[in-house]
Amino acid sequence: MGWESEILQIVGISVLVAGTSTLLGSLLGIPLGALVALRPFRGRNFVRTLAFTFYGFPPVLAGLLVFLLLSNAGPLGVLGWLFTPLGMVLAQTLLVTPIVMGLTISAMMSVEKRLRETALALGADERQWRVTAVHEARIGVASAVMVGFGRAISEVGAVLIVGGNIRGHTRVLTTAIVLETAQANYVAATVYGVILFAIAFLFFAILQRIQERVFS
Amino acid sequence: MTAPLSFADLHKSYGGKEILRGVGADLAAGEILGIVGPSGVGKTTALRLLDLLDPPDRGIILFHGKAIAAGTPEALEQRRRMALIMQNPACFRASAFENVAFGLWLRGVPEEEIRGRVFAALDFVGLLESARERADLLSGGEQQRVAFARAAVLKPEVLLLDEFTANLDPANVRLLEEAILRHRRDTGCAIVVVTHNLFQAKRLADRVALLLDGRFVEVAPTPQFFEDPARPETRAFLSGEMAY
Repeated sequence: MGWESEILQIVGISVLVAGTSTLLGSLLGIPLGALVALRPFRGRNFVRTLAFTFYGFPPVLAGLLVFLLLSNAGPLGVLGWLFTPLGMVLAQTLLVTPIVMGLTISAMMSVEKRLRETALALGADERQWRVTAVHEARIGVASAVMVGFGRAISEVGAVLIVGGNIRGHTRVLTTAIVLETAQANYVAATVYGVILFAIAFLFFAILQRIQERVFS
Repeated sequence: MTAPLSFADLHKSYGGKEILRGVGADLAAGEILGIVGPSGVGKTTALRLLDLLDPPDRGIILFHGKAIAAGTPEALEQRRRMALIMQNPACFRASAFENVAFGLWLRGVPEEEIRGRVFAALDFVGLLESARERADLLSGGEQQRVAFARAAVLKPEVLLLDEFTANLDPANVRLLEEAILRHRRDTGCAIVVVTHNLFQAKRLADRVALLLDGRFVEVAPTPQFFEDPARPETRAFLSGEMAY
């Protein structure tokens, strides 16, 4: 395999794993965050604190947990996801979901109370109000998705443990940097680093443009 | 024909404090009832009960003779035949067009119809040229006009207005008052106006009610209310002798 195609493959797996994790984390985190923010219930503060605590959840610990779950002796071993991109997606989704959820809670709790009253006074039911509130907090929610992607694309510990850094299969940019650095191939490591930075920059630039044009 | 809105013996307490202690009145189609009174006597509370946002502790609210209680499935249906404009209304982070269209979207009105109705409503309040501008960034007076258009576009049977011109300059007050009178003339909807501005009550209302200590002390046709009130409390309130 030529080095160009190897780089392309690594970039492809990185974007696929981080993108899928962000998508799944958003699909879980946004509705959960909306629910926590808009539905008062006993223990709501505890759930919020828990979500915020998971911001700092060590990726290697998430990786270890998912490794144990997916290993042959683990409860999900039958899936055969260990050392596959699917297992990496699972680990990263665990890391992304609390971030998206926590930031969604913060964004939605800052939506003015007056807006709820206004929506109800104009004939909204509770479900319609929740949709309206997500729409109203859309800039904050979009930021939550951006931060979630940032976490996923730059994460190394969990994907290394769960993916195993297998060439052409589960190697992503961050694990490639770790490997090349360990082998003293600093130029290659730097190239991967620059590509990683460029991908992140491109993603955030696109989302920022969408935020400005569509959301504001 | 039964009155579009009747209410009787409404009681409401918050945090152990009794705010309303038996409020009641009937409203005919096309009639404007002004509710006046000092601050903190429960005018806003009364409007929230009438809009079925909160349930009364006691009492009854009838729409065309049918009793409807807040929180029931019929309440949502009835709320969609009414509109409430609050003091300092909030505009959504969206264009003036989208703000005015909001209630129509909730009701599943077809898009082509929405366009026509929203542009007509914005034209009605003189904001047609601001249709694409962010409503929450407009001036206070313009936001209040968006709020009125947002309610009027729904063609409500009953329109509830809570201090809807508070803090506005005289030009915007006049514009909104004219819009309300035109709307009443065009649609025949019944309107309740809560205001602490006696001049406004005089200009708009067919009848005026004085709310004091959680009760309507006097409900009378506007000329009588201001020229020849029956109750000493009304005379004291109108002359500014009432200390609160």
